[in-house]
Amino acid sequence: MSRPRSDWQRVAALVVCVAAAVAFGGCGARETRAGKASVEGVLLVGNGAEPQELDPHLVSGVPEHRVLSALFEGLVDLDPATLEPIPGTAERWTVSPDGLVYTFYLRDGAQWSNGDPVTAQDFLYAWERILTPTLASEYASMLHCVANARAFNTGEIKDFSQVGVKALDDSTIEVRLEQPTPYFLSLHVHYTWYPVPRKVIEALGGMTARNTKWTQPEHMVSNGAFKLAQWEPDKVIRVEKNPHYWNAAAVRLQGIAFYPIEDAMTEDRTFRTGGLHLTENVPLPKIEMYQKEQFPFLHIDPYLGTYYYRINTTEPPFDDARVRRAFALSLDRDTLVAQVVNAGRQPAAHYVPPDTGGYTSNARMPYDVEQARRLLAEAGYPGGQGFPKVELLYNTSDDHKRIAEAVQQMWNQALGVEVQLLNQDWKVYLNSMNTLNYDIARSGWIGDYSDPYNFLECFLSGNGNNRTGYASDQYDRLVRKGASIMYKTGRLATYQQAEDILLADAPIIPVYFYTRPYLLSPDVKNWQPNHLGYISWKTLYVEPPPEQAR
Amino acid sequence: MLKYIIRRLLGFVPTLFVIATVVFFLIRLAPGGPFDAERNVSDEVLRNLEAYYRLDAPLHEQYFRYLWDVLHGDLGPSFEKPSRTVSEWIAYRFPVSLELGLYGLAVALVLGLCAGITASLRPNTLTDHVPMTFAMAGICIPNFVLGPLLVLALSIHLGWLPVSGWEYPEDKILPAITLGVPYAAYIARLSRGGMLEVLSQDFIRTARAKGLSEARVVLRHALRGGIQPVVAFLGPATAGLITGSFVVENIFQIPGLGSEFVGAALHRDYTMILGTVLFFAALILLFNLLVDLAQAWLDPRVRYE
Amino acid sequence: MSEARGPESSVEPIAVERGASLWRDALVRLRKNHLAAAGLVALFALLVVSLLTPWIAPYGYEDQDLALGAVPPSGAHWFGTDLLGRDLFTRVLYGGRISLLVGFAATGVSLCVGVLYGACAGYLGGRTDALMMRFVDILYSLPFVIFVIILTVYFGRNIVLLFMAIGAVEWLTMARIVRGQVMSLRQKEFIEATTVMGLPRHRVLLWHLIPNTLGPIIVYATLTVPRVMLMEAFLSYLGLGVQAPMSSWGLLINEGVQTMENRPWMLIFPSLALSITLFSLNFLGDGLRDALDVRASKD
Repeated sequence: MSRPRSDWQRVAALVVCVAAAVAFGGCGARETRAGKASVEGVLLVGNGAEPQELDPHLVSGVPEHRVLSALFEGLVDLDPATLEPIPGTAERWTVSPDGLVYTFYLRDGAQWSNGDPVTAQDFLYAWERILTPTLASEYASMLHCVANARAFNTGEIKDFSQVGVKALDDSTIEVRLEQPTPYFLSLHVHYTWYPVPRKVIEALGGMTARNTKWTQPEHMVSNGAFKLAQWEPDKVIRVEKNPHYWNAAAVRLQGIAFYPIEDAMTEDRTFRTGGLHLTENVPLPKIEMYQKEQFPFLHIDPYLGTYYYRINTTEPPFDDARVRRAFALSLDRDTLVAQVVNAGRQPAAHYVPPDTGGYTSNARMPYDVEQARRLLAEAGYPGGQGFPKVELLYNTSDDHKRIAEAVQQMWNQALGVEVQLLNQDWKVYLNSMNTLNYDIARSGWIGDYSDPYNFLECFLSGNGNNRTGYASDQYDRLVRKGASIMYKTGRLATYQQAEDILLADAPIIPVYFYTRPYLLSPDVKNWQPNHLGYISWKTLYVEPPPEQAR
Repeated sequence: MLKYIIRRLLGFVPTLFVIATVVFFLIRLAPGGPFDAERNVSDEVLRNLEAYYRLDAPLHEQYFRYLWDVLHGDLGPSFEKPSRTVSEWIAYRFPVSLELGLYGLAVALVLGLCAGITASLRPNTLTDHVPMTFAMAGICIPNFVLGPLLVLALSIHLGWLPVSGWEYPEDKILPAITLGVPYAAYIARLSRGGMLEVLSQDFIRTARAKGLSEARVVLRHALRGGIQPVVAFLGPATAGLITGSFVVENIFQIPGLGSEFVGAALHRDYTMILGTVLFFAALILLFNLLVDLAQAWLDPRVRYE
Repeated sequence: MSEARGPESSVEPIAVERGASLWRDALVRLRKNHLAAAGLVALFALLVVSLLTPWIAPYGYEDQDLALGAVPPSGAHWFGTDLLGRDLFTRVLYGGRISLLVGFAATGVSLCVGVLYGACAGYLGGRTDALMMRFVDILYSLPFVIFVIILTVYFGRNIVLLFMAIGAVEWLTMARIVRGQVMSLRQKEFIEATTVMGLPRHRVLLWHLIPNTLGPIIVYATLTVPRVMLMEAFLSYLGLGVQAPMSSWGLLINEGVQTMENRPWMLIFPSLALSITLFSLNFLGDGLRDALDVRASKD
């Protein structure tokens, strides 16, 4: 065979040298990207998923909301600390004594990012667009509180002038509601209520075209504190300060870069190596570790949402409320939350999260195995005997899986029933829920606005989000009655009665109330957390630590 | 030869047609539609959406319409991400996958050939066993383990390289390594085998007897025959590398076509699935053709069938 | 997709002649190859352990101890425990059963389909052959993930059925190899003799042609098993793996990657188990290739 030659050793040495040079070259100047951005006044944000679109009428997710709330501004804004309505594009507003008619007065200096004035017609155009049936906006129902909006949206009336919105002049808008809606003003921070640039949309395909280019950076015009500078899908969305914004002088950030990092582990590592100021999430196993280390950048805020299991009430054995209650009573939420979920989450003994618009439920679903066994026995399954095998459905996720595995054991031990786990991927899971093709399914609800109606509405009979087959006249009556009462005390008391019924009938088993864990760099100033997860970009600013600023 | 190429290219058409047909009907069998969402979409909205995207027509009509559009070079709109058409999405994402794939290929070739050839020069010694053990390890470690391990070591502990993104040149090093290593391992094994076989042949002995330097023997004479198996492997490998890797794109947050494809399948974005499948299929066919041509060039004994 | 299919191994078509001595020779050569022999022994041990798992495992694979949580390896839990306080040693044992079952089931199916298909194409030849091979080409150019997703949707999380289906897709290379072999054998005298003797075609195929292609088939099958096992790991990464609370190596490794910074044992043990198996299979495959390679042995 061949002789060893020094040639080869030389080649090998060269390769090693090159590799080393490349590696060390990369580590020359060790200033992090977030550190550099702090100096430039730019905020680097992890944004979870890539937005489907930046058209406020064609999206339905949270990542979209974060970007759009930087780009656009509705009539009313929210104070991030108190979540009280504060003036946005509208300088002031009046409410009629019966709570049905709102009149908004637009401020003088309100401008689009191209310098055009924002007019009442821009808002009306936007609302007509989102409600137009042929655009098929998935989230148009957010406007259904407006008189006749639902009828127009479903095509029952064709004439938009019959919908309860009217421009009294170029800067005055009157909105007539179907019934008193105490949370109406807070809806305006939701993208469904934003104005859209009429001229641009008309120039690029018209009102009802879905696949248009108006949201591309070269065309996009917006009225918020920032304007779109760059949109490279799955890479970065950059917005920069909008000089035409009416309050531009008060905006201290020069820009924001949204990074759509879907993998929470990747996002966490990016933050730790100085690639981000703010993350969207923290992986569950890491939270525990950070808590133990007292990692100063970990924040956990309460979040307006409930994680629960829903039960298909249309098939035996779960058509019997006693069986459903037995399952609900035998879930040891405290242990589950402490050992499996943690992340500062609260065990949920009721459905609507505490202090939702000033409301907290009276009802409690206790952990009571004795009573659960008794109920199961009354329903004809003493000790779980003769109880059919049931399936617990969850969509693909490590966290859902871990919780389901723990719950499976709890039910098995408490009730002697056999529960099988069934994992489906997202679309199949949704299909199973929509067609009531499941026994018990993991589910959750995140509030769009801070009012119990947003949660309770889901279980009205026939509601599209019900998906349990649950129908109770009494519940429907109470929820509807509550919604029509204008005065807070009476309304909330009625809601409490409704939730009592919901928990007693147990079409759902609340598990825990969500929290929002995230990592935040100390460079970010004026951070004001709230339970809606609403971030007021225009009041934030970044500042490098003193030694770096030198 | 030109005739041969044209004949092969023409052969693509029925293949792509069959693929389009099979996939078109297959994806509609899967439960769940493109517009199912966590918040229920009302029936009216759903009907309007289906009307907008012509999903309300009978299936066979949709099928013929789709074929007609494809023949005119139109892969349709994306249901999931309406700001671009499927063709525009592919045009946006494929260059990223291509770039990443080529870096990965470079890593695979450099590492693989160095290791394989080094090992073949002194078989069954330490210089053979060490690189070959690494090669075996490269084959046996799933890349969703390798990626995070590399990140942990090189980015978090040593702080040399960024963790994610696709914006700056240094972002591209770790993904290229993660993608390239399993292929490097295969190439190392194939090139070792190929070299061993060639080095034992008579003409090499003759060359050595003539007193040519070892480097010259290996580089000028043995290499051409020795890397034949590698060339055969390069076709499917390159196709696999440049069509994007879901795992690597996901771990390093890279806007490539592989993650788009998996995303489209999970979201039931019918037009996007079909578009990417057809695009991938065409690429794979093309690469097989290129490999056949390359093999014929390297080894004149192979004739065009 | 690259992860799913993995790089193709190349198996040179080789001609194996009939005769007991040849197999005995091969066995001798295999035994001399220490790595391959070690691989064979390791595999055998793994199989035995897998079969006996219900009796060996110290705990049940779904027995939780929520209060305990994840603890590092100790006397009570050799490999430590996972986040729900389940014994990792037990879960690795059960996971191995699934992973091995998956690997062998898929390979078995691909073997049956691929060998029959390839042999038929090669033996019948002509237009039938061209048509059959065109079909293989089409399947080759189909991206793989889509199949897997649709299959999981259909078979749910029944992992064995799923992998039998994957095997039914994985047979392509096998079919090509067998076809090549059969085509070259068809010209051989002993096959021509069968035609002269008037034996029915299916008998010729089953009793004379296929047995003579066994060498490459065995080699390729040995190399298919690790590929399929890696594919299982990839599916677990996508979240399409085996149904909880059952475990598989892919699933355990994926869980381990999630927590590798603070609980390295959750990654190390399942990864070791998978790596040892894949090493063994690959070494065995290589050894078999060398042992059965007639051409190489003539040197």
